Amino acid sequence: MLLNQFLILGAVLFCIGVYGVLARKNAVMVLMSIELMLNAVNINMVAFGFQHEVVSGQVFALFIIAVAAAEVGVGLAIVLLLYRNQTSIDVEDFDLMKG
Amino acid sequence: MWMLENAFLIPLIPALSFAVILFFGKRFIGADRVHVIGITAVSLIWVLSLVAAFQWTQRVEHPSPDAIAQISADGHGDDHADDGDDHADDGDDHADDGDDHAGAAMDSESGHGGGHSSVLISPVVTTYSKWWSNGGVDFAVGTHVDGLTVLLLVVVASISLLVHIYSTEYVKGDRRYVHYYAFLSLFTAAMLFFVMAQNIVQLVVGWELVGVCSFGLIGHWWEEKPNTDAALKAFLTNRVGDIGLLVGMIVLWGTFGTFSIDGINAAISASPGTQHLALLVAACCLMAAVASKSGQFPLHTWLPDAMAGPTPVSALIHAATMVVAGVYMIARLYPVFYDGFSIGTSSINLMALIGGFTALMGAGLAFAQWDIKKVLAYSTVSQLGYMVMALGVGAWTAAIFHLFTHAFFKACLFLGAGSVSHAAHHTFDMRKMGGLKKFMPQTYWTFVIATLALSGIFPFAGFWSKDEILLGAKVGQQNGYPLMLIFGCAVAFMTAAYMTRVVWYTFHGEYRGHGHPHESPKVMTVPLWILAGMAVVGGAFNLPGPVLEPFGLEGLAHRVQTYAEPSVYLSGLGLSHPDPSLSMALIGLGLALSGIIVTYLYFWRKMGPHGLTERNKYAKAGYTFLENKYYLDYLYNDIIVASIKKPIANGANWFNQNVLDKAVNTAGESARDSGRWIYKWIDQGAIDGSVNAAARGADASGEGLRTIQSGKVQNYGQLLFGAAAVLAIVFVIVI
Repeated sequence: MLLNQFLILGAVLFCIGVYGVLARKNAVMVLMSIELMLNAVNINMVAFGFQHEVVSGQVFALFIIAVAAAEVGVGLAIVLLLYRNQTSIDVEDFDLMKG
Repeated sequence: MWMLENAFLIPLIPALSFAVILFFGKRFIGADRVHVIGITAVSLIWVLSLVAAFQWTQRVEHPSPDAIAQISADGHGDDHADDGDDHADDGDDHADDGDDHAGAAMDSESGHGGGHSSVLISPVVTTYSKWWSNGGVDFAVGTHVDGLTVLLLVVVASISLLVHIYSTEYVKGDRRYVHYYAFLSLFTAAMLFFVMAQNIVQLVVGWELVGVCSFGLIGHWWEEKPNTDAALKAFLTNRVGDIGLLVGMIVLWGTFGTFSIDGINAAISASPGTQHLALLVAACCLMAAVASKSGQFPLHTWLPDAMAGPTPVSALIHAATMVVAGVYMIARLYPVFYDGFSIGTSSINLMALIGGFTALMGAGLAFAQWDIKKVLAYSTVSQLGYMVMALGVGAWTAAIFHLFTHAFFKACLFLGAGSVSHAAHHTFDMRKMGGLKKFMPQTYWTFVIATLALSGIFPFAGFWSKDEILLGAKVGQQNGYPLMLIFGCAVAFMTAAYMTRVVWYTFHGEYRGHGHPHESPKVMTVPLWILAGMAVVGGAFNLPGPVLEPFGLEGLAHRVQTYAEPSVYLSGLGLSHPDPSLSMALIGLGLALSGIIVTYLYFWRKMGPHGLTERNKYAKAGYTFLENKYYLDYLYNDIIVASIKKPIANGANWFNQNVLDKAVNTAGESARDSGRWIYKWIDQGAIDGSVNAAARGADASGEGLRTIQSGKVQNYGQLLFGAAAVLAIVFVIVI
């Protein structure tokens, strides 16, 4: 029953991340929520790898952490440019694609 | 036998000369010196023609094994008639359907050669690669050289050469000198192409090409309306006959499935009588073409008008060569006519009747003309009728022999008339001539020699050929042709009479023109003397055996018959030759002499009923009838054309206005109304409506959906995760 607890932790963490992505106004907070979602996935990876006694789950988690670091770097650069452009990082302010 | 296999060079040379004269003549050679090219080219082909003729005689005298038409026991001999040609190795597939071409079609003598001990010489048929192909039918191009071809080659090349030389003086200084020589070269090329056609398609092409040249040269001086009218008349009359030519050729193709002349002739000769009906139709259609091209009744009316062209052209085209194209075509496709008209068994047929009637009619018309060239033109019509009549009675050799002799003495007469006109201030009216004998003796003597030859006086050329025709008409094949014999005898008398009349009016009596006539320069008289020489000795080419026996020269008898007659085709038909008859020759000679004597007494001795046409109303009526050319031109112009013009045209106009226009208008109006209705209801209502409805629907749905596209990333995220959640729930429930 050890697996279930990890999965529940991952699900909760993922839901918190989704909420953060959907509900927070601050673009930096949105990025941080994405990180939460990614880490929820990481927990699942490690848990399943442990369950099946294969190492690839942990290796995959390490890859995701590395890619997420790069991704958050790009994301923060975008946020910085948005701030320079509009002096705001409130995602509500960016609706240029409104139909 | 190199020349026979490469005969294509002969028409190629004047064709090149035509191109050079036309494109470079004026610029690089000089407008007044283009004749050098033309004369060089024609001299070359004259030599080549003589070489070809010599090689052909060698082929007949010393036939190599492949020159003999072989006969195999089963009646399907498949020899190499076309020795040395590239028929088999030209790689394309038309060797497969070899029965279309010469290769396999030479089984002509199957079963029929038994009774003939003489060797049958096959023609040299050379087929070059396929010309074009359509609907699975191959149109080959090649040459068909036999005795008839080389005879025509020599005639055309000789007369063309003399006319080229003569023209340097006659049309000197003409504003279209270059054009004139270009057309002469083109005509020579076309005529030579025509006579060596390998298949009937080439025959049609050559036929039309010479027609175009005729048109162009009749209208050479087109600034004057009558000349263009004459050119148009010649062209349009020939078009009438050309329909017959095309239909006839199509019938032949449909019957035999081949275009090859060799194939068609050989097929008929191999089994005479099996395709009689088709051949009758084809022969009748082709007869219409002959009537138009060779000036036979009732399509002869263009030929006298064609005298509007320069006189050397009249000599070359409208006397010696082009107008015999019809006669040549009959001779070339003789099995078609022989079988179609049942020449062998009948004692009268369409071809003999047309020929005989034309001969008589033309001779009658020649009496009432004052224009010297028109007399000669009607004389040509008459003599062509003679040739067609000879072919109609089965006297193939006589017709071709007459073609040969006639070409020379008629060209001589025409060039003589040109010389007279050149001297006497460009008039052709005999009423303004007279007494020219002392001014131009050279022209006079050549003209008299040619006249005697045309009249058929012993021993000139015309005597021998005319005698053979009369004999052929008397003996016929299985039956004699008595009516044709009567026609022929009457024409023999009339020909001598009207030619004597021309000599009287032109050269004797007092000069009635103005100015001082003079003899033509040497460049004109030398060709006249050459032609006159041929008019004297031309008959020697087909002397009957009994004439030569006393001299021990029997071997030289019937040379035209020996060399020119395509016995490889004709023997299958059972064509026979009449034995020479002294009595017939004496009758012909007597008629001609009496014609001359009667006219001599009438004009020179002032005997006979002078002024009869003024005193006697019947004679006057007859004269008027002749003077108006039997009213044939009136029939064509005033009755046929006018009836088309006036009542038929009016009727057509009424019909056009009231029926056709009304129908068109009604159709237009109803179309307009229906168009309006369609516009209003279908176009605007249905089509536009549905398009608009679709647009409005798209508009409304877009309006509804655009609220979703807020531009806010989080809204999209909400939808994404909401949808994912819904799908997840569905997934869980279903599984």
